[in-house]
Amino acid sequence: MEPNYEELAEEGGALELPAEPMRLNMGPSHPAMHGTIRMVLELDGETVNEVDVQPGYLHRGFEKSCERGTWGQVFPYVDRLNYVSPMLNNVGFSLAVEKLCGITVPERGQWYRMVLGELARISDHLTCNSAGAMELGAFTPFLWCVKVRDWVWDILEQETGARLTHSFGRIGGMAKPPTPYLKDSVRAIIPQVHEVLAETEGLLLKNRIFLDRMQGIGKLSRERALALGVTGPVLRSTGVDYDVRKANPYLLYDKVDFDIPVGHDGDNYDRFMVRFEEIRQSLRILEQCIEKMADQGSVNVDDPRVILPEKEDVYSTIEGTIAHFKLVMEGFKPPPGEVYSYTEGGNGELGFFIVSDGSGTPYRVRVRPPCFYNLQATREMICGEMIADIVPTFGSINMIGGECDR
Amino acid sequence: MSRKVVERLKAQFGALGPGRGILETSDFRGDECVVVGKADWQAVATFLRDDAECAMDMPVDLTAVDYPDRAERFEVVLMVRSLTKKHRIRLKTRLAEGAKLGTLIFVWEGVNWPEREVFDMFGIAFEGHPDMRRILMYPEFEGYPLRKDYDISQTQPLVEYRTPPSSWAGGEGKFAPFDRHEGQPWSRVDWQERAHGRDIQVSPAIGLQEHQRPTLSKGHEYVASNAAPADPEE
Repeated sequence: MEPNYEELAEEGGALELPAEPMRLNMGPSHPAMHGTIRMVLELDGETVNEVDVQPGYLHRGFEKSCERGTWGQVFPYVDRLNYVSPMLNNVGFSLAVEKLCGITVPERGQWYRMVLGELARISDHLTCNSAGAMELGAFTPFLWCVKVRDWVWDILEQETGARLTHSFGRIGGMAKPPTPYLKDSVRAIIPQVHEVLAETEGLLLKNRIFLDRMQGIGKLSRERALALGVTGPVLRSTGVDYDVRKANPYLLYDKVDFDIPVGHDGDNYDRFMVRFEEIRQSLRILEQCIEKMADQGSVNVDDPRVILPEKEDVYSTIEGTIAHFKLVMEGFKPPPGEVYSYTEGGNGELGFFIVSDGSGTPYRVRVRPPCFYNLQATREMICGEMIADIVPTFGSINMIGGECDR
Repeated sequence: MSRKVVERLKAQFGALGPGRGILETSDFRGDECVVVGKADWQAVATFLRDDAECAMDMPVDLTAVDYPDRAERFEVVLMVRSLTKKHRIRLKTRLAEGAKLGTLIFVWEGVNWPEREVFDMFGIAFEGHPDMRRILMYPEFEGYPLRKDYDISQTQPLVEYRTPPSSWAGGEGKFAPFDRHEGQPWSRVDWQERAHGRDIQVSPAIGLQEHQRPTLSKGHEYVASNAAPADPEE
């Protein structure tokens, strides 16, 4: 309909076209979404007015499933929380149960856990950053970083027998002692990882397209990040130097020297850079760990009530048979009580709040998923940005469905 | 974790009468834990955030535990941390079934989703929460899965197709499946009909569709493999 220009002139001459916000559904299966997650967007043109982020499509009942097996049977479930860095979850859960029982693992076992954990962290950050770059059209960094991730996984496979779902943690130690090749393999990849990181950064950090889509996009302020419970690289990108490894050192993190990289704007670019710098710090930690780790000695506590006996003893001695039977059939029994134990996972503070009633079955296992809180803050990062900015912003959160939805 | 915070809380909320203020404190494996009355839940949380010596500015986690044998069966557990003071504390309160708890969203905004999750998993409603929807489960889910009396092998009824609210897209919105004259038809090709030379597809949602499918590729006709290979010069 043609506007009435006479009326318009009386009102000041502004022509207002009728416009109403459009509601758009993004997900749960969207090619640019890392997990199955749904966003209901309210758009004004291409600008996002409001977004309703809906997680839960990967809910598998992790916490409920834990309440029906033994404590040791939780490990395979834990692998599937953050499936990009399963070893960190394994170690996190072991530490929680050990805190409940007051067990301390021998020093060699602690170094071993740190080595495997830092390898997992490297693979986690590499996946996040390279996939984020790929979503912006840069395919080569993805291929290069996945190549590095494969070297890391080769070491993890050599140590644990599995590339992804290791189930390698045990209460009171690890499933197997380190192989004799561990130190050489880690030493071999460290310089190569450095090299690929530098090459990847060279591809991206002078790329106009990449910078335009990362810098100043998806900003989160320090105060809002703290209020929303955000942790990990997302919090550090806003300038808060909170890292559980420094703030509350567990394992032997107080005996190694490393820095916490922080950003200052809290935008996509800072999150990206914090992750890359953390990979370098992890490599530093790895160098020190393999330097300090003893070549001989047990990685497990010497307690037949906690650790399964050697297979040789199970088949040849009655004590071994009994210990094995009791541990497998009844499970290990921690004292009644509840603890909250927290470690630095790939995405932030990974906490386990566990309640024991003194039986061989967990009464309650609650995981504090870092992604869940980081995803909660996504709304603030997205609102007011363009719809295309959702992709890099959401990618830099590194939401892992298995952990967020449990 | 810090003893000082517990002392501060005791001084502030120690003597409020039976069932109010601080009910218990414990210190298991170095985790300081304070149980408070349900009526003082919000007051204690606000104090923890605002008091200069506590300065709890980071919400860490909020969850619940179900003890069906107790009279007050639910324990709501809150963990907070102070960035400046670097200490933590665990705050708990006990609730009977059907009782409501005041929300803490006005103290720390980060408990928004965890409170929704506790509602979703345990059926504890938070009073004053602006968005008390289920978060991990779908709205039609029956029961609360993390309660101890919810059997893990229980199955849920099938959910009907949802009819979108008419408020979407101004009340005249189009939703898939579209009308039969719009868009690309989607369905399985009825090969039986095709064999008889009719171009019909059957779609479970729309019904019969005729002559709507885009022309399919004719495919490659393979000749007998013992024929001599074609001369590349030709």
